[in-house]
Amino acid sequence: MRTDAAVDHFHLDNGLEVVVIPDRRAPVVTHMVYFRNGAADDPAGKSGIAHFLEHLMFKGTERNPKGAFSETVARLGGQENAFTSYDYTAYFQRVAKEHLGAMMALEADRMTGLVLEGPEVLSERDVVIEERKMRTDSDPSAQLQESLLATLYVHHPYGTPVIGWGHEIEDLQREDALAYYRRFYRPDNAILIVAGDVESGEVRRLAEETYGRVPKPEGPAPARRRVREPEIRATRQVRLSDAKVEQPVTQRAYLVPAHATAEGNEAFALELLAQILGGSQTSRLYRALVLDGSTAVNAGSWYWNDALDIGQFGVYAVPAEDVSLDAVDGAIDAVIATLRETEVSATELERAKTRLIADMIYAQDNQAHLARIYGATLTTGGSVRDVTEWPERIRAVTAAEILDVAKRYLQPGRFVVGHLLKAAA
Amino acid sequence: MNAPLSHARTTSRARALVSPSGIEIWHVEDYTVPLVSMEFAFIGGAAQDPEGMAGLANLMAGTLDEGAGPHDASAFQERLEEKAIELSFDASRDRVDGSLRTLSEHVEAAFGLLALAVNQPRFDQAAIDRVRSQIISGLRREESDPGARARDRLNALAFEGHSYARPADGRIPELQAITRKDVVAQHQALFGRDSLHIAVVGAISPEQLTTLVEKAFGSLPARAHLAAIPDVGVGHAGHREIVPLDIPQSTLYLAMPGIARKDPDFVAALLVNHILGGGSFTSRLWMEVREKRGLAYSVWSSLANRHHAETFIAGTATSNERVAESLSIMLAEIARMAEAGPTEEEMARTKDFLIGSYALRFDTSRKIANQLLEIAIEKLGIDYIDRRNDEVAAVTLPQMQAVARRLFAGREPLVVVAGQPKGL
Repeated sequence: MRTDAAVDHFHLDNGLEVVVIPDRRAPVVTHMVYFRNGAADDPAGKSGIAHFLEHLMFKGTERNPKGAFSETVARLGGQENAFTSYDYTAYFQRVAKEHLGAMMALEADRMTGLVLEGPEVLSERDVVIEERKMRTDSDPSAQLQESLLATLYVHHPYGTPVIGWGHEIEDLQREDALAYYRRFYRPDNAILIVAGDVESGEVRRLAEETYGRVPKPEGPAPARRRVREPEIRATRQVRLSDAKVEQPVTQRAYLVPAHATAEGNEAFALELLAQILGGSQTSRLYRALVLDGSTAVNAGSWYWNDALDIGQFGVYAVPAEDVSLDAVDGAIDAVIATLRETEVSATELERAKTRLIADMIYAQDNQAHLARIYGATLTTGGSVRDVTEWPERIRAVTAAEILDVAKRYLQPGRFVVGHLLKAAA
Repeated sequence: MNAPLSHARTTSRARALVSPSGIEIWHVEDYTVPLVSMEFAFIGGAAQDPEGMAGLANLMAGTLDEGAGPHDASAFQERLEEKAIELSFDASRDRVDGSLRTLSEHVEAAFGLLALAVNQPRFDQAAIDRVRSQIISGLRREESDPGARARDRLNALAFEGHSYARPADGRIPELQAITRKDVVAQHQALFGRDSLHIAVVGAISPEQLTTLVEKAFGSLPARAHLAAIPDVGVGHAGHREIVPLDIPQSTLYLAMPGIARKDPDFVAALLVNHILGGGSFTSRLWMEVREKRGLAYSVWSSLANRHHAETFIAGTATSNERVAESLSIMLAEIARMAEAGPTEEEMARTKDFLIGSYALRFDTSRKIANQLLEIAIEKLGIDYIDRRNDEVAAVTLPQMQAVARRLFAGREPLVVVAGQPKGL
């Protein structure tokens, strides 16, 4: 088995949380900073500000003005990028291990030193508008997805797209970005994750020399107070018809607890339920709709388990030729009904557990992937132990617990169906 | 075993093994994580699809893991899943690729299933029909995707009259006409030991690996039966075409002749392309199109080489009303590169990046296996990883200026735009 040292975890005096994941196989490191804020923390009317700020974070500081950050990373042979989710914003570089300190110096500098001046703020807003056009405005299935989520979450900000609504992006200002930046970008709201060929002691020393010099901010770290979803009793349906659509699709999403909000083994049971229902070619849905019937050409399910608040359980199917979306929905309903009545078989459960647990071993082969697992877990209410104990928790789930979550959560009122259709000419 | 696997040591640790029937295997033995990762390829992919059967290699490859030997599709997939064995096949333009990943405790079972899929695929009619319907459904989805539409049209024009002109995934009416007999015949034609390349990384001894590879591939015919594919240039220089799609943003591709991998100036050209549009966040196209003007989220260029064609391709996606401006900036940057080439400073920065970042390609088993596989297919030699950075360092500025002129001077690109561009 793996001979590397265990994951280390500590805090600097200014509140920065640090996780070190050893991987000695190649002389490289993955350096990530996660902030505990994402699109779901965008102020009302300012949707997209978390994501816009993520773009603006590449604009420079006093010490590393315009372009210097990316030029330095490139000069040192590094790769870099950033991403914004509902619950976190993350920045990363991958470099040869001797440059870890240089990455930390750059990232610590822009944690509080961002300078936003001049025309580049507005031209970057144009870039984001183009990004939205690329991802959403030119893609009917992305538009349907956006409407589905806006309908599923009637109150919670998960119903607003991460990139923001088009009309609000167009109005985002430099001051909005700076206000958001000052509120959330501080060491006690951040998690540093270093994975790779480096000793924990060395990471601590480098982190103290760089991040450690960022002053401990006044007042408590920003709290995330999200509104809660009301109980909705109506099953809802959204449809998008577009002349460009040549392949109809039906999808649905249920509101379910995520790890952060689940009780007992619920979230682990939901992970296995997603695998058994539609995680593979031997799943219930694939067998019933694709292999045994000729209802669909493809079908599957998924579970968004690392939300800070209420998560989602999704199901989708691509109908076979000349099969209506309603007929496919009926077939999906039948499969789900069975799962809500009868326990899954021992063989099925064992197969699903093996598959999920193996993923964790495969993940150990990829330091960047491991870093992301820790980053997402720690910014959504989880701990290092939650990651390391995850295989045992999955192993412990019983068929009765799976039946229980299927009954409790895969029921009318908790979901929205989305249909993507070709518009009649 | 605790020995660090640095990229510099990957080659000294990569050994060439040969199976009893003569199959060469490039192997890196590493026990840090208890898994085995294998990447392999048979040369001869969609380019080998007979006339009127575009998509045959894709359909064949997609059906390989849908039942083999005594197991129908379901039983075969169950056996993979029971042990979390990942096995997949994929046909691209010039190759049929396979990928196998398993926990080391299940390596015997994994190679057993691989052997069945490679040697005794059932190609049951129901499985062929199912995979075909999935491919067709994917092609239908792509019909509303501006990137896919522009790419397909670009290939159709650039390689008109050549098998590269056809979409590698196939064409719907041609896929519909393919029979089981065609699929079986294509499997027999493409899978031979002489067209096979294999790279393996992970927790397995050379002895066991050689035995298992022989079991999986040793009974294949000694030779594949590949049709000769002629080399082809990039046609329709200077032509501009619009693929009309009712969307607010256009996707633009442009193509020109590129440079062969074996050309002595290829590495210099790689640096030139990096400076022009290959290096994200720092390239000239990035600075001019995105940073300075906010015209697009993405803008890039690349040297895209196939086995029988070399191309330079660049692209972006920008609002319909800004397509003309974006294209003229891209063309101006290409012309500026042709005229003056890169600066000394750009060359130095790019060398630093390419040399410094090479190690990042070797930090997972699958990435190492893929790198080795590409090196094997390009016939660069098992010691290439040790030589590669020296090749980059040796490039000179005059060499880059010359190759930039050779690539771009006086060239008119073929341009394809999907969307509703204004003013083109």
